[in-house]
Amino acid sequence: MRKDRTGISQDDDRSPPADLRGAESSNKTRNCCGVGSVSGSTGPISMEFQAPCPDQVLENVLENVLQFLSSRRDRNAASLVCKSWWRVEALTRSDLYIGNCYSVSPRRAMSRFSRVQSVSIKGRPRFADFNLMPIDWGAHFTPWVTAMASAYPWLEKVYLKRMSVTDDDLALLAESFPSFKELVIVCCDGFSTSGLAIVASDCRQLKVLDLIESEVTDDDVDWIACFPESGATCLESLIFDCVECSINFDALESLVVRSPSLKKLRLNCNVSIGQLCRLIVRAPQLTHLGTGSYSSPDDAVPGEHASDLQSALSACKSLVCLSGFKEMLPDYLPAIYPVCANLTSLNFSYANIHSDQIISVIFHCHNLQVLWVLDSIRDEGLQAVASTCKDLRELRVFPLDARGDNEGPVSDVGLQAISEGCRKLRSILYFCQHMTNAAVIAMSRNCPDLEVFRLCIIALHSPDHVTGKPMDEGFGAIVMNCKKLTRLAVSGLLTDRAFGYIGKYGKLLRTLSVAFAGDSDMGLKYVLEGCPRLQKLEIRDSPFGDAALHSGLHHYYNMRFLWMSSCRLSPKGCQEIVRALPRLVVEVIKHDVAVCPDDTVDILYMYRSLEGPRDDAPKVVTILQ
Amino acid sequence: MESKVAYDNDLNLKATELRLGLPGTDDREEQTLFSARNNKRPLPDTSKECGSKKKSDAQHVDNETAPPTKAQIVGWPPIRSYRKNNLQPKKSDQAEVAGIYVKVSMDGAPYLRKIDLGIYQGYPELLKALESMFKFTIGEYSEREGYKGSEYAPTYEDKDGDWMLVGDVPWDMFMSSCKRLRIMKGSEARGLGCGV
Repeated sequence: MRKDRTGISQDDDRSPPADLRGAESSNKTRNCCGVGSVSGSTGPISMEFQAPCPDQVLENVLENVLQFLSSRRDRNAASLVCKSWWRVEALTRSDLYIGNCYSVSPRRAMSRFSRVQSVSIKGRPRFADFNLMPIDWGAHFTPWVTAMASAYPWLEKVYLKRMSVTDDDLALLAESFPSFKELVIVCCDGFSTSGLAIVASDCRQLKVLDLIESEVTDDDVDWIACFPESGATCLESLIFDCVECSINFDALESLVVRSPSLKKLRLNCNVSIGQLCRLIVRAPQLTHLGTGSYSSPDDAVPGEHASDLQSALSACKSLVCLSGFKEMLPDYLPAIYPVCANLTSLNFSYANIHSDQIISVIFHCHNLQVLWVLDSIRDEGLQAVASTCKDLRELRVFPLDARGDNEGPVSDVGLQAISEGCRKLRSILYFCQHMTNAAVIAMSRNCPDLEVFRLCIIALHSPDHVTGKPMDEGFGAIVMNCKKLTRLAVSGLLTDRAFGYIGKYGKLLRTLSVAFAGDSDMGLKYVLEGCPRLQKLEIRDSPFGDAALHSGLHHYYNMRFLWMSSCRLSPKGCQEIVRALPRLVVEVIKHDVAVCPDDTVDILYMYRSLEGPRDDAPKVVTILQ
Repeated sequence: MESKVAYDNDLNLKATELRLGLPGTDDREEQTLFSARNNKRPLPDTSKECGSKKKSDAQHVDNETAPPTKAQIVGWPPIRSYRKNNLQPKKSDQAEVAGIYVKVSMDGAPYLRKIDLGIYQGYPELLKALESMFKFTIGEYSEREGYKGSEYAPTYEDKDGDWMLVGDVPWDMFMSSCKRLRIMKGSEARGLGCGV
């Protein structure tokens, strides 16, 4: 049996197993195993068999049982039992998840999984969101949609994250899949309103069209009017707050009227409050509403629509999630009070309003589980959250002024308050200028359910602003006390000691983000040697070099990727990784094609792959071989 | 490999606080990325200029005497551009503007950049910043002939979707109508300058 959990065969060069014809059940270990299974998140080698099936009855039974297995991790495990289970699992897998679009080719994935109805593909690494990657780095949807067009004619759902999608891709999608129901696009780019128009008009079964934080070029195409004009639509979710285009309001209103199943509607900024009112009146069954700009520049009297809006909102008895508010006019704030009591999710992270105004809303939100706000909420506002939102599970506090010139409206005081009031907290993202170890330690003790702890102290190398000490003890307490922690982002002044804690206690950690931290190679070594579940490691501007990189050789095949930018790596050090681990794709990316001396590595991005070096990389990317 | 880390008991936090933005954008004490006043270990170089990538500490020593240069730290704090862009300057009493971030591309350069137009006082500052960011020179601007003396011309896309030459309209109008910048190269650039 294989030793490691991911399924990389320890002996790649084993020849195909002998004839498996035998009367017995397929559970005999003999030599059915030993071949990797291609799956979304593991990456061993796949070998093609033509062996005859030993027990058809058992396989049929297996098929009927395995089809109920939904978790892909369970499925991955099941597929490793033996060849028969591998085959049946492949036939019954309906959701294909590709965590890294370059880890496996479309052809390979589709030849193994032939009955897929839903595909999820992720492309660029997260640091690409912060302008750290060249614009045309890759992650193209085209080869995937092209292959799926013939392999999966009954495809119903596509989920894409950080991919480059073109209008042609969308056209091919609309044309190839007559049963297509759900399109969710997150943090993508490359397409325009023309592409949306094609999806709207040709995907007649469309239930979900969710465009989230993506860059959509405005082609001046009236895509909303492209939905079929008569008869009811199947639409359940329409999210387009990131699409910066003008909206044909009549077409939108008509669409909402024709969509009785519509539950989620998130508008962009070009819908005024008056128009918002009219839409809500048409769709009182909404559960999720994105208000768009939430302002009314043409008001003769400021707030003249307020009572209309309030009564329209009151009619939405099922409303649980509110977002938008991008140009929020405070006069309209009270209109949402009636719905606050039912809200479980509130996204105020674009609402640049006064702390008092936010507090006045918060006081009504007793059932809130998810809250996204700007740091203009201030520590006082966080204290209000702590005293009101006892059920809070997820909190995100974003900086209003990303430049970080200010003193910091939120601090350790706010964090401490939240930790004391919101004991059920599972996930936190907190931007601030400075922090103290005491507040972080308090959170580690008060919130034992924490799974995600992301603290971003914007001022670089910032120590505990009360004691002057590094932030080591705070983060150490988090990994030590939060036994369910799977995701961690660290910042502030950190020595190798902090990483020692992470390596020692972060046994469930899957994702770790490091920026401007650590003293020496030991920091990274502690993590690579201590965290067996680590999947995604992203590091920038930290003094880790080749020796540290080498200390992870035993683990890199178990990871989705490693990102290291502006660290202390050399091309020679990275080359040695390639030599040691042939199934890793090691990309070295330069900041500038021109001037860079060749003895530095600006960006290292490496990931396991069954396919070897890709052929669509731009010039600034060198794939080491 | 690394020198010992020594922490001053009274860390001069203000001095070590790293801020973004270019020189001349505020009156406060300006700091460089690598303040030599603290005893911190040498910091990894975050400047995107390859030429200044350092193994040596020469840069740190220079800091006390050299004129302060604030390099923009790319991608810090880690906030998606989408979010930065959506925070409009408030009509209310906010003294600080949330930032007017526009993308800047240059023909032939592999990376897009994002800059905050709000931190510049006028065209000369903006152009100088662009020159330094992409390492090229812009020619002399004249109303009649556009930019002469270099093969590059800075252009921008305005709210109507038209591509204009930077400098043609008053600065305030430019700030409110500019959606993105593109530094054109070659014949396309020359075409914009004359006879438009």
